Amino acid sequence: MPSNPAIAVIRNADQRSRADARHDVWFRGLLKACALLVLVALLGAAFSTLWGGREVLFGQGLHFLTSDAWNPVSGDYGALAPIFGTLVTSIIALILAVPLSFGIALFLTEIAPTWLRGPVATAIELLASIPSIIYGMWGLFVFVPFMARVEPGLSATLGRIPLLGKLFEGPPIGLGLLTAGIVLAVMILPFVSSVMREVFQTVPNRLKESSYALGSTTWEVVWDIVLPYTRSAVIGGIFLGLGRALGETMAVTFVLGNAYNITSSLLMPGTSISSSIANEFNEAVGTHRSALIALGFLLFVVTFIVLLVSRLMLRQLARREGA
Amino acid sequence: MTEGTTLLNPPPASAQTVAVTVAPPPKLTVRNLNFFYGDTQALKDIGLDIPEKRVTAIIGPSGCGKSTLLRVFNRIYAIYPNQRALGEAILDGENILDAGYPVHKLRSKIGMVFQKPVPFPMTIFENIAWGIRHHEKLSKSEMDGRVEQALRRAALWDEVKDKLKRSALGLSGGQQQRLCIARSVALKPEVLLLDEPTSALDPIATGRIEQLIEELKHDYTIVIVTHNMQQAARVSDRTAFMYLGELVEFDETEIIFTKPAKRQTEDYISGRFG
Repeated sequence: MPSNPAIAVIRNADQRSRADARHDVWFRGLLKACALLVLVALLGAAFSTLWGGREVLFGQGLHFLTSDAWNPVSGDYGALAPIFGTLVTSIIALILAVPLSFGIALFLTEIAPTWLRGPVATAIELLASIPSIIYGMWGLFVFVPFMARVEPGLSATLGRIPLLGKLFEGPPIGLGLLTAGIVLAVMILPFVSSVMREVFQTVPNRLKESSYALGSTTWEVVWDIVLPYTRSAVIGGIFLGLGRALGETMAVTFVLGNAYNITSSLLMPGTSISSSIANEFNEAVGTHRSALIALGFLLFVVTFIVLLVSRLMLRQLARREGA
Repeated sequence: MTEGTTLLNPPPASAQTVAVTVAPPPKLTVRNLNFFYGDTQALKDIGLDIPEKRVTAIIGPSGCGKSTLLRVFNRIYAIYPNQRALGEAILDGENILDAGYPVHKLRSKIGMVFQKPVPFPMTIFENIAWGIRHHEKLSKSEMDGRVEQALRRAALWDEVKDKLKRSALGLSGGQQQRLCIARSVALKPEVLLLDEPTSALDPIATGRIEQLIEELKHDYTIVIVTHNMQQAARVSDRTAFMYLGELVEFDETEIIFTKPAKRQTEDYISGRFG
């Protein structure tokens, strides 16, 4: 039965719009699933480390968090030394990498001639693609012997300053918190500096021109105009680097010395959460294994706290400015 | 061509301008100025004298090099690699284009206000104080005085005196532009460069800025780039017409707008092109 073509068109359009609506629902569902997957994976990882470490986390409770003992023979485990090592090496890395990255990013966006900008930027990005095991090898075979030669000098000079000197005491063995911190600094440098470079490029030219037009120096423009303008992105970049430093395993394992010590001296060997896990997981059973998984859970917690602090810091800064 | 004259009502200041028949001494003398963006030449052999404590307008179609010329005067172009100026621009007997001429000193002597108002992301007070601090060490009370003076000079004080500690980003466009003028004036410059200062503003805000220019010219040498010809006619004493990187004609504003010597100038001001 030949139907009215006009009605056919309407019916067709009707079907079409119903199909569209259905597709939209599917698509939204798909996207939601993608996003939820991340959340599920995160919670799953957190929960499984919590579960795997339950024996130590709930069995020993606060003792695990406050003790610096780590004795698989007697079954006495404390997470303080690895947490200490993780935080100290990461902080050293940040202290070294942030100003350096700032300088690199500044040079590339404000000062370098055009022909130099591309190649240097590419070189920095290549640095980011070197696998961490290579950094570890370089650290152990090249950088540790070098540090062993430099450290007596550090002890003899910086080590003599009261209070600060405590950081540079001890035998010059090359391995240790300072060495690991420096290797980490090299590793996170490309991340922090390319983020900074990119955000500095987002500063509108007219803002920079207006500041230069008042006779300001490059430093004054960067410090008072460029940096505040890009502040949240810069802090984001720094915490991206910090996140990597906290979790970095192989390179640190090679050069940290793997000793469960908490010392005031940065020249002494230490351990970090991830390098403890990497070193011992192979032969760990029972409580030992549970203790390592619990360490993994603590790394989650530490990273989470760091992120939280960064958010609070940003909000505080925003409030101060907005007032 | 008499149509050109219908464009403008004689500017209110013209009576005084005509009365001062003796040309004031030049504040800034430009000779053989050439400017390059990379390999592209944007200014060709420019030469002109900017008279002291007068308003000089630079007009011309888009891309004629009028903003480029202005940007040479405080060497702001130098923050970009690949841009260079050759020739002379003499300010008080010294060539400001000399590599040895300190750019700090230059930019405190020659202030600049840009097309779009660009408040710094800080408080209103800091917007003014920031620039001053780079050139002078002032006590708290001296600084307060300087900021107030600058804001008064830019006819902004009454509007902002109660909110100096608030962010400058909350001001209206016209207020922001006057803040930018205040910021430049705060450094006690001798020359003010205005690069299309009202093109982003509404007519009322534009009127206030023009009124301000009228007041400021008693103390400052002002160079204004504009593509609003009525504005040039209203505020300026002398007008330069540029076309394709060359200075076509430079004369008393009244002459430029009533009986220009060059055919190109006449075509432009009568709206035949541009």
